[in-house]
Amino acid sequence: MSTLEEVQTRVHVSLVQPRLPRQAPTIVGVIALSFGALLLVLGVGVVSATVLGALAFLLVLPAWSLAIEGRRGATDRLMTGLIWTAFAIAVVPLVSLIWRVVSKGAERVDGVFLSYSFFKTQIDQPVGVYHAIIGTLLITLGAAVISVPVGVMAAIYLIEYGKGNKLAKAITFLVDVMTGIPSIVAGLFAFALFTLIFGPAYVSGIGGSVALSLLMIPIVVRATEEMLLLVPDDLREASYALGTPKWKTIVRIVLPTALGGILTGITLAVSRVIGETAPLLLIAGATDRTNMNLFDGAMTTLPVLIYGQNLRGDAPAEAIAWGAAFILIVIVMVLNLVARIIGKIFSPKKG
Amino acid sequence: MPPPNDEVTAVTAPTAETEDVSANWASARAGVGDRIFAGTALAAGLTILAALAGVFIFLAVKGASGFTKPTEVYGPHAESFLGYVVPLLVGTFTASVIALIIAVPLSFGIALVISHYAPRWIAAPVAYVIDLLAAVPSVVYGLWGAFFLAKQLVPLHVWLHETLGPIPLVGELFGEPNPAGRSVLTAGIVLAIMILPIITAITREVFSRTPRLHEEAALALGATRWEMVRMTVFPYARSGMVSAVMLGLGRALGETMAVTMVLSVGFDLSWNIIATSSPTSIAANIALKYKERSADLLNVLVATGLVLFLMTFLVNFLARWIVGRSERRMAR
Repeated sequence: MSTLEEVQTRVHVSLVQPRLPRQAPTIVGVIALSFGALLLVLGVGVVSATVLGALAFLLVLPAWSLAIEGRRGATDRLMTGLIWTAFAIAVVPLVSLIWRVVSKGAERVDGVFLSYSFFKTQIDQPVGVYHAIIGTLLITLGAAVISVPVGVMAAIYLIEYGKGNKLAKAITFLVDVMTGIPSIVAGLFAFALFTLIFGPAYVSGIGGSVALSLLMIPIVVRATEEMLLLVPDDLREASYALGTPKWKTIVRIVLPTALGGILTGITLAVSRVIGETAPLLLIAGATDRTNMNLFDGAMTTLPVLIYGQNLRGDAPAEAIAWGAAFILIVIVMVLNLVARIIGKIFSPKKG
Repeated sequence: MPPPNDEVTAVTAPTAETEDVSANWASARAGVGDRIFAGTALAAGLTILAALAGVFIFLAVKGASGFTKPTEVYGPHAESFLGYVVPLLVGTFTASVIALIIAVPLSFGIALVISHYAPRWIAAPVAYVIDLLAAVPSVVYGLWGAFFLAKQLVPLHVWLHETLGPIPLVGELFGEPNPAGRSVLTAGIVLAIMILPIITAITREVFSRTPRLHEEAALALGATRWEMVRMTVFPYARSGMVSAVMLGLGRALGETMAVTMVLSVGFDLSWNIIATSSPTSIAANIALKYKERSADLLNVLVATGLVLFLMTFLVNFLARWIVGRSERRMAR
């Protein structure tokens, strides 16, 4: 008994380090908040008060921690604070952007805005963005018609036929690289291609579709590839065992199983290219009239219209630009939502 | 763009080793169908190769003469192609570097919050919103930057000039400020906000792939949370982080609308990033000048486009190569 007591008195190693109370961040947060509020009352600007308040939080908490928990604990607190601050800083402009577009855009958008074009037949006729909506939809549809078959078939080649061979590896790699092509380069390509064939002043919607499909194909290929990889090999083998030829297996078994994911990927790809501006500036031009013919004459899309209004810069033009931006964002968000729903409905049954 | 579905990435196991067990002995008619279908699929794959080669060839054909035009084509501010393209390259890189400096720490922060710091009920919706923001069209960012952000940043410009301007070396960057806020700095900030979702999406993906056991081992050894992140998550995700940054750089280099709509264009090279006018980027220059439609200038523009294409191709190539290499290493 006495030896044990002796040991206990001789060696005293604490297994727990002193730590700040659990509520420490909250306490410091409240202090920093009231500090910021105080600065605000004293007449410092909102931005400076927020910055100083955040700085106070970032300094006080690690300092307190340094006094009690030591260097490592303080570093941890500091980094945690910095990471959350980075998060907060990044959220501010993103929220501001959405808020701006929705509040400014929604007040300009109405039935007239959606159903009239810029082309006036009378002097007092209201203007709208009907022509740009039509142009956007037609050009994007054209791009989808070109890129979906090419993209899906290329993915089928990569997964079902060329698995592991050199050509397939090269294509996969180049598809990855292709996702990074600047959109204006795609526009220049379409521009160079069409003006070499049809003469220097050529302008048409289909040129825009070609440029957009260059941006869209890699996205479709990637999405389809991932989905085809998800189809269990058991299904394919069961089909082969019944004597079904390979192509029929792909068309009847593999594609239907992966359909939901492929549709989701296509919808996301459409939502990605529908907002492209630069390529269409170069090859699809801009017009005030509603043009329904993809193969003849200039076609305005919503992004190009926004850009044009931005160049004019006066107040009515700005209002139209915000309205068009609102419509564009709504289209993109709806497409994203549709993609989610398709993904949910057709999700491959696991079992 | 992989579909935003959590299960998808988990199940996408490499199936490269599986053998082709299709029925080669099937009937002759099926053989014909097979050959047609396989041929179509191969053709589609080759179309992609052809398209990429086509981009290069058509730009080269159309732009080749743009490299050696008579002096007057290059306009009042330059005498040769080199003199024309160098300010544009400088403009491209300044805006992109500013964008990267701002966007990289922020997006790593967001990615860490989503993958390690935030509870799931915050992380999941935030990740969804970030994905949505990646889909916001660039022209909308440009509109927001031109009509809203630029005005808001005027005080910042004045403040930067007054506080940092007098300092010897750093002061060079903050000379006479732009009264409307339409400077390279503003363009860089807009670019940063645009590439933020892309970098975040990729880093979040690699951060969350860190083996759970590594993390728990670090924590069990007494590491604080930040030490755990620094010692297990970062080493594991390093190549993914590098390639995310490079993909962001590629996007920033080629981005047209944000710079076109925000920046007020000039031709004088200077270190001042808040100047009244600065050289624009290659992409923005094409968008601004294409309207003149003089055949000579168009050739020059296509030539600058070729330069941009090769540059971004190189950056993307390196990024993908780094990812590919690390994936092989991890698979071993």
